[in-house]
Amino acid sequence: MDFDRVREKLNILADAAKYDVSCASSGSNRTNKTKGLGNASKMGICHSYTEDGRCISLLKILLTNHCIYDCAYCVTRKSNDIKRAAFKIQEVVDLTINFYRRNYIEGLFLSSGIFKNADYTMERLVAVAKKLREEENFNGYIHLKSIPGASDELMYEAGLYADRLSVNIEVPTISGLKLLAPDKKHEDFTKPMLKVKNEIVRYQAERKIIRSTPKYAPAGQSTQMIVGASGETDKDIMYSATYYYKTYQMKRVYYSGYVPVADDARLPAIGSQVPMLRENRLYQTDWLLRFYGFAVNEILNKDYPNLDMEVDPKLSWALRNLHHFPVDVNTADKRLLARIPGIGMQSVQKIMDARKFRRLNWDHLKKIGVALNRAQYFMVCDSRHWERRDLDAAKIKGMILQTSSGKFRNQYSTQLSLFN
Amino acid sequence: MNASTTLMYDGSFNGFLTAVFVAFDEKISVADIQKNGRCQNGLFSETETIFTHVEKAKRVWNGIRNKSHNAISNVYFAFLSETEGVEMLLFDYIQKLMRTQNGKYLDYSDSTVLHISQLARKVGREKHRMEAFVRFQLTKDNIYFANIEPDFDVLPLISKHFRDRYADQQWLIYDVKRKYGIYYNLDHVEMVSLNLKDIHHNKIHKSDAFVNGEYEYQTLWNDYFKSTGIISRINPKLHTQHVPKRYWKYLSEKKEAV
Repeated sequence: MDFDRVREKLNILADAAKYDVSCASSGSNRTNKTKGLGNASKMGICHSYTEDGRCISLLKILLTNHCIYDCAYCVTRKSNDIKRAAFKIQEVVDLTINFYRRNYIEGLFLSSGIFKNADYTMERLVAVAKKLREEENFNGYIHLKSIPGASDELMYEAGLYADRLSVNIEVPTISGLKLLAPDKKHEDFTKPMLKVKNEIVRYQAERKIIRSTPKYAPAGQSTQMIVGASGETDKDIMYSATYYYKTYQMKRVYYSGYVPVADDARLPAIGSQVPMLRENRLYQTDWLLRFYGFAVNEILNKDYPNLDMEVDPKLSWALRNLHHFPVDVNTADKRLLARIPGIGMQSVQKIMDARKFRRLNWDHLKKIGVALNRAQYFMVCDSRHWERRDLDAAKIKGMILQTSSGKFRNQYSTQLSLFN
Repeated sequence: MNASTTLMYDGSFNGFLTAVFVAFDEKISVADIQKNGRCQNGLFSETETIFTHVEKAKRVWNGIRNKSHNAISNVYFAFLSETEGVEMLLFDYIQKLMRTQNGKYLDYSDSTVLHISQLARKVGREKHRMEAFVRFQLTKDNIYFANIEPDFDVLPLISKHFRDRYADQQWLIYDVKRKYGIYYNLDHVEMVSLNLKDIHHNKIHKSDAFVNGEYEYQTLWNDYFKSTGIISRINPKLHTQHVPKRYWKYLSEKKEAV
């Protein structure tokens, strides 16, 4: 191994890959049967965290940052004047194996700029995965990027070696895509997604009949959208996310606050703030949709196209729907419990278990870990004390904001600060 | 009047289970269960030393497991937390569990149950952290070696994970705090204790116990760690929340920060 050369390449190609936020190593159940190297941990492991607090669980690199496209939002776009490099297939394999053996990573996340054409690039990505699986007997996690426009045959092969496949949709609206990435077509993104989805469904059906059916992309598919690059509303983003969850059975949709990387009139200027709070609210909404039984049009609709930045989406929904409350935690069903602001799914489960033994009061709920500063206005329990005043939504919101603190508060507070 | 008794055991999990067995078997009113050597006698209680008996321990283990799989892992995890006085809490927990009919004892409004499940969760978190934060370094005799210093005694919990994962390499994970390690010799995992002269922090100065390429890979990893962070999103508070500072000295990517 030519250490200096690999080091230089790694710096360039890891730097270019960092804007991909997906780092999940969970969801795969690949086991180490042959006394080879590695197994996949079902829940995923984050081996380290970057200084911006994101998890590092995979060796996330590009195969190359040469690219034939010129998408405005991307660092590796053709017109950008940056250092270019490309890994050899063997170099990626060696890096992955040696990092994995030292317990630095859960596996490989391989993406690439597009050189020559989509198929040529995809073929290289598949070759890396194939070599890892077949020559190195590697059972760790492999996440491959599906290159937009890659052929069905290659996508099929990719799924045989990879645990997860993903195509980044990047711009949530078709009109935005036309504006920012004029060379790419929407169908190029969805075609590989559809192929992989169909194969996953087919393999799952086959496994029911023949148990030894090989695995096909056991951790499913994911995608990513850039937030705050093309002026879309939260409603646009979440509706399109819901579409991808439903149509392509996505495991995850990631939301990535746009980090300005280019001077372009179509985009926020360099140096403008990354919309981290908005990103956070979108993830909260995503969780409400996937785990709390909310429907997307309850949270975002024609009247409320954007999320409330001051309070979390569940609280904001509750404030708009005060007629559902207060809820009695000792009798309410699971769905309704999950809708009380300040009660998460873990608390819901604990409450369901605990209330079989006795009626719960404030003390019990506090110990279980319910955020009472929010929950107290929306529930009653086994106690003579509950919120009897007829408070309106604005008042409740004010009282909650007063008694709590948030790390993003200074970003949206209209109160001028006395000391800077 | 029934005098209550303080039971003393050898500090092992089997020892503790034997003590539970004896307490149930002889219907002892237990004042406390303590480790040998760090015991403190009560004013009005007698002391009885328990000799570890694997068969008896096994019966208690199976008894709890037949009630609930969740409970047995809670008991084991909470025991490994090494918290002062956890034995009595566990004894109380086991008594309550055995009294139930259906066995699924999940009364989180009971303070013992909640406390045990919280302790077990803490230990579980530490186990998961150790699965993440172990950093192997390849020694000249071809063993992947790592030091750790976990908050709780999690080595018995992580050995299966590492055995399954690194089935084709020899490795050794050494707990510096508790002075023992686990070693995998390509066939099975065994407990070892070492006479470790210097602890291999990821110090700047290099040790010649490791192969030449080792530090090259550490450099590559450190570079990767740096270049994968996005500077315009920097958030040190979140970073230290995920990677608490007490673990930094064993993480090669944080070696400059220590």
